[in-house]
Amino acid sequence: MRFKDVFSIIGPAMVGPSSSHTAGAARIGRFARQLLGPQPDRAEVLFYGSFAATYQGHGTDVAIIGGLLDWQTDDPRIPNALQEAEARGIVVTFDEGKGLFSHPNTAKLILSLGEGEARAELVMIGTSIGGGNIEITEIDGFSVRLSGVYPTVIVRHQDWTGVVASITDVMRRSGRNIAHMSVDRKARSGDALTVLELDSLLTADMIDEITRLDNVDTVRTVDLAAVGLSSREIRLY
Amino acid sequence: MNFRNLEQLASLSTEKGLTIGRLMLEEQSLESGRTPEEEFATMAEYYRIMKEAVERGLTEDTTSRSGLTGRDAQRVMAFGEGQELNLGQAAGEAMAYALAVSEINASMGRIIATPTAGSAGIIPGVFVSIQKRFGFDDEHMVYGLFAAGAIGYVIANNSFVSGAEGGCQAEVGSAIGMAAGALTELRGGTPAQAVHAVGLGLKNTLGLICDPVGGLVEIPCIVRNGFGAVTALAAADMALAGVRSVIPSDEVIQVMLEVGSSMPEKHRETAGGGLAQTPTGKAIMSSLRKK
Repeated sequence: MRFKDVFSIIGPAMVGPSSSHTAGAARIGRFARQLLGPQPDRAEVLFYGSFAATYQGHGTDVAIIGGLLDWQTDDPRIPNALQEAEARGIVVTFDEGKGLFSHPNTAKLILSLGEGEARAELVMIGTSIGGGNIEITEIDGFSVRLSGVYPTVIVRHQDWTGVVASITDVMRRSGRNIAHMSVDRKARSGDALTVLELDSLLTADMIDEITRLDNVDTVRTVDLAAVGLSSREIRLY
Repeated sequence: MNFRNLEQLASLSTEKGLTIGRLMLEEQSLESGRTPEEEFATMAEYYRIMKEAVERGLTEDTTSRSGLTGRDAQRVMAFGEGQELNLGQAAGEAMAYALAVSEINASMGRIIATPTAGSAGIIPGVFVSIQKRFGFDDEHMVYGLFAAGAIGYVIANNSFVSGAEGGCQAEVGSAIGMAAGALTELRGGTPAQAVHAVGLGLKNTLGLICDPVGGLVEIPCIVRNGFGAVTALAAADMALAGVRSVIPSDEVIQVMLEVGSSMPEKHRETAGGGLAQTPTGKAIMSSLRKK
């Protein structure tokens, strides 16, 4: 069953005009913001396919930036998101991306903050698959497949035997059920990324416990159901 | 959910002695793990937002971001104040309310996707006008939304509800079927009658292509929402009168799938054909690009 419940039919609450081009774009932007943590200094947005052709008319641009400000799909401030981002000191650029993706409604976000040693960057690719539903397909070059429907944990770690088991052991001991998970690595024994979609949120203590595991670099959480940026621990890559 | 098609939905409701709306609330609560009270409260909030969208669409400036559309709902209401509408005041109001919500959507106002943003006017148009006319309380209307959701759930999982996949028949058509079935139940029809209303409504939009001018959710989407509300009223009246969908509604949904699957890509939301590629449609598109 592609559609799980009554609110995937009646809903979401959203500002118009398009569930795929507006609500979906807002959710992609919000996913990226929560993944990065703090407010970025710069946001470079690349639109592909149908997003590139009609983003202005559909408000895809303001929706994705509204999401970057951590606003929900029905936030009435979305039409003014570009002005708000400018007022907050975020430099935003839009461009048409080169190359093809399997789905026409795709956006790539390059977010950065800080300079020199303290500079942090996030590169994320997301697709709007219809009705406001999204799929995040790439995070910093790692392949993922995330819906944003569940509380999501993104763990950056080294590719060593036992790291994944020690992460899932924290889930087991804390009574957190894993709905979906996947692992990708850049090279054998190199950088790796494990993503988990859970049935319920992690507490700050659990996030801390995973962060302190051997060979784990950083832990991030995303919760698109959250009303505002939570006070969860934020560590830069 | 314990049903996969409309026939099962109607027989399960009948068996349990529940309306489709009350059955769907039970099923939803089982699926989500949240209490029926919590799920009801979410839907009640959605209904409040639908009413707010109708009100705003009738009173505010609804000029869209492209400047192509706006204030058509207000034109219909003003015209209806001066003289008798051809549709009669009641159906005219359902049509105007549907236009109002679609215009709020096109001007980046807040709506509830039912099932999509492009078809978000039809259910509020029917529901808000019917509530005013018959004096139903909000609780009755919110159960009606659960009934509409149950019907949409079946259509979406057996066929599709987005124009990109199945053309306008999948968006506006689905919304009409959902509104017609729910309205039949709101007016006291049986689950079986509600299911007939779905098939009757869907049959009238089979084959409708998705051909938005400039790719925007404006032309012809907004007026199709207005027409859709009127069609839903008609389908519900036929079903309540005892008219049956001789081809069972589940089979009509399969026809929607068959027709949508064979629809060329240019007629599925790409603005590559239909109204979007008329001389005027193309001229509008090129002037939007220059903006």
